[in-house]
Amino acid sequence: MKARHKRLGFLLVGLAGLGLAAWLVLNALENNLSYFFSPSEVAEHKAPEGHVFRLGGLVESGSLQRGQEMTVRFVVTDNAHKINVEYTGILPDLFSEGQGVIAQGRLNENGIFVADEVLAKHDENYMPPEVADALEKSHQAGTPGTTNL
Amino acid sequence: MNSRLINWFKFSSPATYYPLAGRLVPLFSVIALVLIGVGLYMSFFIAPTDYKQGEGYRIIFVHVPAAWMSMFIYVVMAVWSGLGLVFNTRLSAMMAKALAPTGAMFAFLALWTGAFWGKPMWGAWWVWDARLTSELILLFLYIGFIALQGAIDDPRRADRAGAILALVGVVNIPIIYFSVKWWNTLHQGASVSITKGSSMGQVMLWTMLIMTLGFWAYSIAVSLARVRSIILERERDTTWVSELPEVRG
Repeated sequence: MKARHKRLGFLLVGLAGLGLAAWLVLNALENNLSYFFSPSEVAEHKAPEGHVFRLGGLVESGSLQRGQEMTVRFVVTDNAHKINVEYTGILPDLFSEGQGVIAQGRLNENGIFVADEVLAKHDENYMPPEVADALEKSHQAGTPGTTNL
Repeated sequence: MNSRLINWFKFSSPATYYPLAGRLVPLFSVIALVLIGVGLYMSFFIAPTDYKQGEGYRIIFVHVPAAWMSMFIYVVMAVWSGLGLVFNTRLSAMMAKALAPTGAMFAFLALWTGAFWGKPMWGAWWVWDARLTSELILLFLYIGFIALQGAIDDPRRADRAGAILALVGVVNIPIIYFSVKWWNTLHQGASVSITKGSSMGQVMLWTMLIMTLGFWAYSIAVSLARVRSIILERERDTTWVSELPEVRG
């Protein structure tokens, strides 16, 4: 066994050990690395209910209501559970019904999520408007791509 | 050894690699100029408007290729570092050193263009989600590598310390790539992947691929030019350097 074979061995064992360590750390941190909780996770009490957390999902079609001043109400859904959200402020450009959204805030005693920040989540689809129209016509069921949030 | 095969070890010597790199630099510079020129023209004038994001999406043509390059250059740097540690070749560490500033630039470019896109689309310049944070760590790894190599005077020890840092940091690369899959992130999933194909319009995809190839050619040209000056600096006391026409003249 030459010296360079030994060094290669050390290198490979080192990298394997490092990879294993990283995998263990990431597994242990699993939930803490997620940026938001889905409505289902909130329903299962996985979200910290007494604290500020982020809620992510789709804005349910037809649920957006504009109230007094700049207050808006909408429903965030993951097609399994729903949560009512209330927000006062300016919504980002991409915010629309059927589109992904992430709101930061806390649940009040009535189970309404009071948000102090709302971010729009974009999906991985990029296409010219004509293609989007064609897709829309071919399946009227919903906006293309919005299901895989 | 079979005589038809190229003897790769010949090019592990700085004295043979130096003139080879010198011939390749102008070639790749021209390729980079042409591809990036065509790519930018297509980005601004030919690629269609996006159905939802309007014109603002055009930043993707710089953002995604830059992010890809920042990850790929790091992997190449780690491979050179590993080769240097195993075979004790001087040139490997010089290549790793030459690649680092270009990789750092691309990591910065990806973060910077991402912030410009994020403000109008998401409503935030920056969020601490898994994708953004791990890419920021990549930028810090590049800066750390450059700083560590620069801080040690003895080049052999500097190379070895840098190589170990580069190899340890390589665990971050799959984390960046898969972060959007493994965890809930604000950053969207991959629009282009080997397994799923692409979820972009055809012209948009081609524009992005041309920009990516242009960035490749740029990276090759710049890092070869940089490795030439590193070779000259480190080998300045050897006879082959003193006999070079550009050094004598």
